[in-house]
Amino acid sequence: MSKVRLLVGTRKGAFILTADARRDNWHVKGPLFGGWEIYHMKGSPADTNRLYAAQSHGWFGQVVQRSDDGGDTWETMNNEFAYEGEVGTHMFYDGTPHPWAFKRVWHFEPSRTDPDFLYAGVEDAALFSSRDGGKSWQELPGLRAVKGSLWQPGAGGMCLHTIVVDQSDPDRLYVAISAAGAFRSVDAGQTWKPINCGLVSPYELPDPSAEVGHCVHSIAMHPAKPNVLYMQKHWDVMKTENSGDTWSEISGNLPSDFGFPIVVHSHQPDTVYVVPIKSDGEHYPPEGKLRVYRSHTGGNDWEALTRGLPQEHCYVNVLRDAMSVDTMDPCGVYFGTTGGQVYASADDGDSWTAVCRDLPAVLSVEAQVIP
Amino acid sequence: MITVVLPAQLRSLAGITDDVGLDVAGTVTPGAIVDALEAKYPPLKGTLRDPATGRRRSFVRFFACGADISHEGLDVPIPEAVVLGAQPFYIVGAMAGG
Repeated sequence: MSKVRLLVGTRKGAFILTADARRDNWHVKGPLFGGWEIYHMKGSPADTNRLYAAQSHGWFGQVVQRSDDGGDTWETMNNEFAYEGEVGTHMFYDGTPHPWAFKRVWHFEPSRTDPDFLYAGVEDAALFSSRDGGKSWQELPGLRAVKGSLWQPGAGGMCLHTIVVDQSDPDRLYVAISAAGAFRSVDAGQTWKPINCGLVSPYELPDPSAEVGHCVHSIAMHPAKPNVLYMQKHWDVMKTENSGDTWSEISGNLPSDFGFPIVVHSHQPDTVYVVPIKSDGEHYPPEGKLRVYRSHTGGNDWEALTRGLPQEHCYVNVLRDAMSVDTMDPCGVYFGTTGGQVYASADDGDSWTAVCRDLPAVLSVEAQVIP
Repeated sequence: MITVVLPAQLRSLAGITDDVGLDVAGTVTPGAIVDALEAKYPPLKGTLRDPATGRRRSFVRFFACGADISHEGLDVPIPEAVVLGAQPFYIVGAMAGG
């Protein structure tokens, strides 16, 4: 019988949650790497026991951990992420030039076919890859060549936090950067094009429709519709049906179109989930009600999913990498909060159960199905 | 033999529970101690010095014989009492936060 494994990264360590296919009884293991921030953990689709963890600390920098046995044991990998060539400058918060400097890994994206190949999205924003399971890292510098001098940090830093690989053509990549926007490569990351036409940021940019500079929070794709991408922007939920050439707003009847994560149902390419947050200044749910919103129509028409979620006095946030779906049927949907709760739904989001209530602030949640 | 005291986060990263005994060849400096520490415990590589610059991380401090020697440079010899093992070499996470 298949199992589901949740890889949960928090401000003070990592946790691994496992359950059988019913997903109603969870075993919690952790903390791993106690006291360290775990921005992201992700398993290789090619080998579900190969896990990568981005472990960092404000005092001691970045550590890369790898497990080859599903998280029972770990080994440190190379933590040197050296930018290619002259580092140049990006814009700082105050608009002045600021030299690029590596700070941490935000996101790992392992290959679907090769457990030793993975991408790493880092702060200050850049894309790296490893072909040897994390023993060495090489930057793909073509990305920073796309008007990198105009990129600027979002509130969390200038981070490359989202990496989407088109499963039908693995040379086709999408990344998102706060605050630079979304970018597309059709040659495995060698060259890039900004894909921000249709994004409007009147409160963040002097030119609201600038080619780069938008604060994109997350992007999601369903493999059956690789030309369709969904985006949670700083404000606005957006959709493209032409691989990012143009975007249109699909916020529709959401109570707020600010938020961080966005995910797509595993088996229904037009079913999308977001977690509305009141505003960029108030990082908690509108009305103190924690509601996941689901659209079965690819946006615009959203329904609130509330069963099992707190509907009063709830003031947590759900960060961009802290929501995930599994590939079971019905689809499991999972998210973690800055209040340390991990919620799980085994019925497409119709109802929710708190798997954990008191973890450190959750930074990331990734679901794996283990054969 | 030099005794090095590490902060808790680095002890757990290195998989140790106690102070570290190090043999350091040549002139004993903070940089040489960090070199020896990284050679003995590879998971610590890059945690004390920024790999891009080679500089001590700004929230890492070096204490010896009751003094903060963090700003004396990585290549300056450390006090004889530490070299002889009479005093430990402290690697400390800067006091910050609550």
